[in-house]
Amino acid sequence: MSDQLETLFTQPVYAFKQSEKEKTLLAALNELEAHHRAHCSAYSAITATKNAPNSVEKLADLPFLPVRLFKSHLLESISPEDRFKMLASSGTTGQQVSRISLDRRTAGYQTKAMVQIMQSFLGKQRMPMLVLDHPSVVKDRLNFSARGAGILGMANFGRKHCYALHDETMQPNWDAIDPFLEEFGDGPVFLFGFTFMAWKYFVRALEESGRTVNIPNGILVHSGGWKKLLSEAVDNDAFKQRTKAVTGISKIHNFYGMVEQVGSIFVECEAGRLHAPSFADVIIRRAQDWSVADHGEEGLIQVLSCLPHSYPGHSLLTEDLGQITGVDDCPCGRNGHTFAVHGRLPKAEIRGCSDTFDGAAS
Amino acid sequence: MSTDNNEKLVGAFVEALQIEAITVTDELQYNTIKEWDSVAHMTLVAALEEVFDIMLDTDDIIDMSSVGKAKEILGRYDVNF
Repeated sequence: MSDQLETLFTQPVYAFKQSEKEKTLLAALNELEAHHRAHCSAYSAITATKNAPNSVEKLADLPFLPVRLFKSHLLESISPEDRFKMLASSGTTGQQVSRISLDRRTAGYQTKAMVQIMQSFLGKQRMPMLVLDHPSVVKDRLNFSARGAGILGMANFGRKHCYALHDETMQPNWDAIDPFLEEFGDGPVFLFGFTFMAWKYFVRALEESGRTVNIPNGILVHSGGWKKLLSEAVDNDAFKQRTKAVTGISKIHNFYGMVEQVGSIFVECEAGRLHAPSFADVIIRRAQDWSVADHGEEGLIQVLSCLPHSYPGHSLLTEDLGQITGVDDCPCGRNGHTFAVHGRLPKAEIRGCSDTFDGAAS
Repeated sequence: MSTDNNEKLVGAFVEALQIEAITVTDELQYNTIKEWDSVAHMTLVAALEEVFDIMLDTDDIIDMSSVGKAKEILGRYDVNF
């Protein structure tokens, strides 16, 4: 492990003030940048085309790749025999999926990062866990979907795992839920699911059937974006409010993350802000010229992470829009940047940038 | 006593991972055989908690990267080998 990443891992993930964090992060990312240029010829070619400097003085000067490049190209900084796992994004119908190649080292960093982040919200004790999905999502052990992999990663924080939905029908499996809540419902319970699944097949299913459950000490963590929920006209506030109404759960944390940077997740705190952990950061860029946006101004989200060692995914420009909401000033007490995600950049606007990058990479 | 614990430990690995007892050596590592993957790891943790009547925390199960390491972690719960 690099010295910088080691330093970041020895401290609680939200302990560093932004200015301290940036120093360590900059050193770690400069080192990663050199590593990927040396070990991934495609990445080296891209940075050469862009005349990117070898080492930068501030985070915003690091080169960045459009996240969709991983859909069209397999970019690796390891030899094929060091491949430990190949991750694939779920992808909506007709879309190409991203492929992310992991070695043991990167997979290890991801697990470690995830644990440190989630412990800040869940504590170290593993709670009885209700998975808001169906059990066969983790059945095919050799070929997990992104959803299955996400659930397994989260399963580390739970015990007595119970899958809340029936296979195939996706209806609530009351024969599993009822005895689980009978035994654990009064105490702390960890619930995890992808936003769409949690909403459509749990919260909406409860609402439609007129049933409620009571999990007053439950903590619900969900992720995956609101894209599929546009037709349902639900935003984060409505999600929280209506989930609480049918489950009694008041601790609800959304998180922002992507398969291209697994482990590097941005979790919503008690005050409703998304937080960048010590080994990651966000920069907001203007969509028209990619210049760094002002504090509070909406733009495209760039994500930085020290974790990707096996593939050049340490600095990625996403197609999501968001804004910085604060630095070291969140009422929850966690330090670093906080931000909000507003959704996707409309499709027509992004085509231009990806064409440019595809040209540069080929 | 310690022989007893060793038997319980091997039993938990055999049952959770569906492997032969002879392969359960201190050197056996997580994710190096197909039987000990992340899904089986959850089953293994549950089996160890059951046979030794303990409750492991998140750090423990992440650190449990080999049979030897499992013994070391269990030692912290006064399960000695």
